Amino acid sequence: MKQTEIYDRLNALFNEVFLREDIKLSPATTAADIEGWDSFRHIELMLVIETRFNIQFHSRELDEMKNIGDLIRVIERHLPAA
Amino acid sequence: MASPHAPLYWLPSPTQWQEQLKQLNGERSPDWTAFSKLAAYNLDFAQTGILDRVLAAKLNQCEGSQPKADVRLAVLGSSTTSHLNPALRVAALRRNLWLDIYTGAFGQYWQEIVAGDSLLQTFEPTCLLLALDGYHLANGLSPASTEAECSALIQQWINQLTSGWQQLQDRYRCQIIQQIPLPIHESIMGNNEHQLPGSKLEFCVRIAAAIRSAAAQAGVDVLAVDRQASWDGLANWHDPRLWHHAKMEIAPQATPLFAELVLRVITAKMGLSAKCLVLDLDNTLWGGEVGELGVEGIALGQGSPLGESFLHFQNYLLALNERGVILAVCSKNDHGKALSAFQSHPEMILKPEQFASFKANWEPKPDNIQAIAQALGIGLDSMVFVDDSPFERDLVRRCLPQVKTPEMPEEPSMFARLLMDAGYFESTAITQDDRNRSAAYKANQKRSELKHKSVDLKAYLSGLEMRLSWKWFDPLELTRLVQLINKTNQFNLTTRRYHAEAVQELMADPNCRALQFRLLDRFGDNGLIAVAILRRTDQSVITIDSLLMSCRVLGRKVEYAILNIVAGAAKALGATQLTGEFIASGKNELVRNLYPDLGFEIITAENDAAVLYQLDLTDFQEHQIPVQVEKADT
Repeated sequence: MKQTEIYDRLNALFNEVFLREDIKLSPATTAADIEGWDSFRHIELMLVIETRFNIQFHSRELDEMKNIGDLIRVIERHLPAA
Repeated sequence: MASPHAPLYWLPSPTQWQEQLKQLNGERSPDWTAFSKLAAYNLDFAQTGILDRVLAAKLNQCEGSQPKADVRLAVLGSSTTSHLNPALRVAALRRNLWLDIYTGAFGQYWQEIVAGDSLLQTFEPTCLLLALDGYHLANGLSPASTEAECSALIQQWINQLTSGWQQLQDRYRCQIIQQIPLPIHESIMGNNEHQLPGSKLEFCVRIAAAIRSAAAQAGVDVLAVDRQASWDGLANWHDPRLWHHAKMEIAPQATPLFAELVLRVITAKMGLSAKCLVLDLDNTLWGGEVGELGVEGIALGQGSPLGESFLHFQNYLLALNERGVILAVCSKNDHGKALSAFQSHPEMILKPEQFASFKANWEPKPDNIQAIAQALGIGLDSMVFVDDSPFERDLVRRCLPQVKTPEMPEEPSMFARLLMDAGYFESTAITQDDRNRSAAYKANQKRSELKHKSVDLKAYLSGLEMRLSWKWFDPLELTRLVQLINKTNQFNLTTRRYHAEAVQELMADPNCRALQFRLLDRFGDNGLIAVAILRRTDQSVITIDSLLMSCRVLGRKVEYAILNIVAGAAKALGATQLTGEFIASGKNELVRNLYPDLGFEIITAENDAAVLYQLDLTDFQEHQIPVQVEKADT
């Protein structure tokens, strides 16, 4: 899976979870930029990503991802090499 | 987007779901039932959370028919439970119920149980879930612990739980559900872990058995997450990362299924579990089409994997039937050919007389299912329809959305598992009447044959040789009384529901007398079929608080005999007036005119939904009906 494909799927997923259509993620997007993305929702989001991408994050990754750029890199690391 | 991980696999996959939810979210005053429909899909935990958030935002603006009942659930636990709430609310929504949840303070469950004055008391729970995790329960145990220490710890927990349940029952008179701990500890011995008394894993298994038996004695229901996890894999239920991260015993991904289990136990107690299973025949009860292949050509029985799979499914259905689930057939088939399969196939497990209704014809299935519901006198929402054909399932879902129509796997060896997982027939206790139910319906068939033979109703009723036996509420039959009071919908004048504790209060109340009725006839014992609860509202006035009767015995004039007994009892208590009310519930139109038919006169009718009637006992003449009345010894 290419980075752009991960980005597209992630973008769709964020719009789904936050029930919006206008979220446009960028590598610099952080939790502060999206209303409702609090610490409680963060865990839920990470688990949704795990389920939908069929991957499993490490415990320390759950907290360490600071922005969407980090998230995409971590997802890429867990996906089988193309 | 449908998720392959969604755990509610018997529900149809959501299509266009997100669009529909968005549309509801955009409406000013969305319809409550539209939300309920969106819950009836195989949703994963993410979709469940989204639906819950939209509903929460829109609830106060909802229009249209309102939820069936309010359920107030308190959840007390030794670890995190708040992440369960969205799934719990959505599982209730799926049942057209609105759920209020009280989440106990983290780790404070015991303080909240013993505190008489608390937020919990203000909340007034109608049910309470107590969830203690395995780490908490096994705390203090070590591999060095002796067998005696281990047994003492189990006993200590059971004493504490029993005392806690008792206090909760006394204070809140509500249903109590005790969650069984998941066996989340790693083994330290291996296969023979049970050789080590101090093993925490083994302790979890042992305390689970002890809790089950103590709960059964205390009238507490259990939530068997351990058993569900043993089917699904513990890894799908418990995620060690999230335990260490947020002290979640139940992984968020498992919450939709967890919530299903909880709501099943709650609604079973409310009498809302399904009662009747309507079955297709070809490729559902056997392989192949009997009309094409003939009786000898269908796949059923030992010798072929396919035949054995269907045999296994029939055996499961037989077991359901023997514990009280009513079976019926609805098949597109030639009636004679379908029947001959049951009569002459040597390995057929189910027999024609096990079906309370047998519809093999070419009529549309929704019509047949409606006819079955009518013939059996049960509501469409008490029916489950099982068919291998996606076309028939879809048709029934569209025409009769109240009927539960599960998706069926291609693989017949998984049919029984599917019915188990779907949990439609959840039951918290088995009464003798449940065991006799199939016999009762069999006898009903014979009675209706006699009805066809009898020239007129009067002669038919005399021919039944009915005997109505009554007594004051018998504590020994409490379970069945509570079941009848909470399950009866159609012949129910006021639809007041009383849980076990409330019934016990009635029995102790000096201003209250409650009667129970058993009907016998030449075909057998119909069991406990009716209840009347009387309250003295004035020195000379007795009011019928509740009057309800099982629909099994409708159309037999038994209600007239019941009134004779009730009037006699009221007179004996010194009353000169008997009052009774009809409260419309949406399901009891059947008895709207019962009181006038019995000779009562209207006193007040504020509207169609609540009418108060009165009967003057001083000049009351007993109704003449062919039912012999007897007072049973208590």
